[in-house]
Amino acid sequence: MTDPAVIRIEDLVRVYTMGEVEVRALDGLSLSIHPGEFVAVMGPSGSGKSTFMNIVGCLDRPTAGHYFLDGTDVSGLDRDERAEIRNGKIGFVFQAFNLLSRTSAIENVELPLIYAATAHTAKGRADKARHCLEIVGLAGREDHMPSQLSGGQQQRVAIARALINQPKLILADEPTGNLDTRTSREVMAVFQELNERGKTVVLITHESDIAEYARRVVVFRDGKLVEDRQVESRRSAAAKA
Amino acid sequence: MLKFLTILKVGLKAIVRNKLRSTLTALGIIIGVACVIAMIAVGGGAQAAVQQQISSLGTNFLMIFPGAATQSGARLFTGQSTITEDDVVAVRNESPSVAYVSPMARSSAQVVVGNLNWGTSIQGVGVDWPFIRSWNVDRGGFFGDSEVRSAAKVCVLGATVARSLFGDENPVSQTVRIKNFPFKVIGVLESKGGSTMGQDQDDTVVAPYSTVMKLLKRTTKIDMFMASAVSRDAVGEAQAEIEALLRQRHRLGPGQDADFQIRSQQEIAQTADQTSRQMSALLAAIASISLLVGGIGIMNIMLVSVTERTREIGIRMAIGAKGRDILTQFLIEALTLSVAGGALGVALGIATSRFLAWKQQWPIVLAPAAILLAFGFSAAIGIFFGFYPARKASRLDPIDALRYE
Repeated sequence: MTDPAVIRIEDLVRVYTMGEVEVRALDGLSLSIHPGEFVAVMGPSGSGKSTFMNIVGCLDRPTAGHYFLDGTDVSGLDRDERAEIRNGKIGFVFQAFNLLSRTSAIENVELPLIYAATAHTAKGRADKARHCLEIVGLAGREDHMPSQLSGGQQQRVAIARALINQPKLILADEPTGNLDTRTSREVMAVFQELNERGKTVVLITHESDIAEYARRVVVFRDGKLVEDRQVESRRSAAAKA
Repeated sequence: MLKFLTILKVGLKAIVRNKLRSTLTALGIIIGVACVIAMIAVGGGAQAAVQQQISSLGTNFLMIFPGAATQSGARLFTGQSTITEDDVVAVRNESPSVAYVSPMARSSAQVVVGNLNWGTSIQGVGVDWPFIRSWNVDRGGFFGDSEVRSAAKVCVLGATVARSLFGDENPVSQTVRIKNFPFKVIGVLESKGGSTMGQDQDDTVVAPYSTVMKLLKRTTKIDMFMASAVSRDAVGEAQAEIEALLRQRHRLGPGQDADFQIRSQQEIAQTADQTSRQMSALLAAIASISLLVGGIGIMNIMLVSVTERTREIGIRMAIGAKGRDILTQFLIEALTLSVAGGALGVALGIATSRFLAWKQQWPIVLAPAAILLAFGFSAAIGIFFGFYPARKASRLDPIDALRYE
């Protein structure tokens, strides 16, 4: 039986032990996200957003419960296996861009290919990276260093890097947190465009206007899902730009 | 493989990016390797010089003294010599491991030419003596059997004596007076220089032992004799053969103390060789410490580098780098630093050795094995000291590493 959902989470629990105190960051969370969805995850700080993001991104493992990514249970995988999943099935976009400094845009985009299961030649990597930079509208900036690019451009390089292995899922953690309103909209336009092309995007944000660019909004509170709604009047970042 | 090459490139790029730091880090290894190579070269040179001095004495000869050797020293040789010319002849004829023998009669006297005189040792020797000592005649010739038989008044001068008494003149065919006897100079020995004990070996006069015994010492007994083995390896056998033969000839029962004593030049040589060997080992050990310090320098910088690049490691891990990939990357960095440092150190070490040889006139020996060893050691140090920081990097938790400021 094939599982149609990209992400299927069942009774996910994540408990952190800090000395004597146990913190239940996720407390029985269940959620499914299907291909082609654009989901914004919202919630106040401490609601479990980041823990959710770490587990969904295979950076962390749940204490209990199951997480099926693209039909496979990944909740029990070891470090190396999770690294492979992160490399092949997930594209990360971070709040702080997390590009390698003193490394050109194209080399930053190529980076995941270096660790990919299938080897690529230098030329193969460069071709793919150039294509991804084109998608995010940065053709011609291949050789710029991150320090020579604006915040919005850096984030688009990061998105291109997230795309290079053609992942099942784009996972964006507060991607506009370090950007002003205008650049935020530019970046959201890129996400919307990717979603229109069929990519599944999960966006974590605490700004409700950013969440309005998504198609579906889920809200966490105290490690539980408290709201799950479709966006009625979805904003289009491209139209207003 | 392709992946490894790519990670290799990543590691190399990180080194090139931090040029000053990489150079300073490698400097520790450069100096360490250069030190080791220069010290081994100097030590090896000293050793070779000592060995050359020793072999100038002749390494395969034995000296056979009359009198017993006792540990207490209570019964020393006092009276008549117990070794006779017949013993020497018997050794020559019956010991297969002995190549040459020479009876010895030693004296010292003033050697007079005109109004010049020179006090020196007079060595009465046999005709085979030049072969035993591997000491050739520079000018003129050496005496033969007839001169020995007739106790002819001929002599061969050591280089120092010749220079002192005759200056630049050719002493051959001139006459010198030793204890008022006229001796005809028939040759001059080539110069041997100082012995390992610091004596001037050239300050001597050599004459037939029969002449020295009869005219200068007024005795019929030889003082001792020398024998050389057929080869360097046969010295032990020769010693055993001589001992057995003399014991038999002197009718010594088993367990009875010998009335003679055999000493080999090899024993002396071994002591001197060992001393210089220890010296060069000490030099190399001191130099190795600097190499070790260089290795710790690498470890230090790699640890700083890992901490500094925690964020980078986090990013790489988040996008799919495995612990192994990170480990490889940092190991390659450490290894490249140490190997590049090692290569430069080899060059610097050779240059330093050459410089010392030229400027200080020190004998140096650049052994390829030592160079390879120092280079290999530096690479091993890179792996050894690079491993801990690299493993630390590879074990970082990507979540923590990404959060690291």
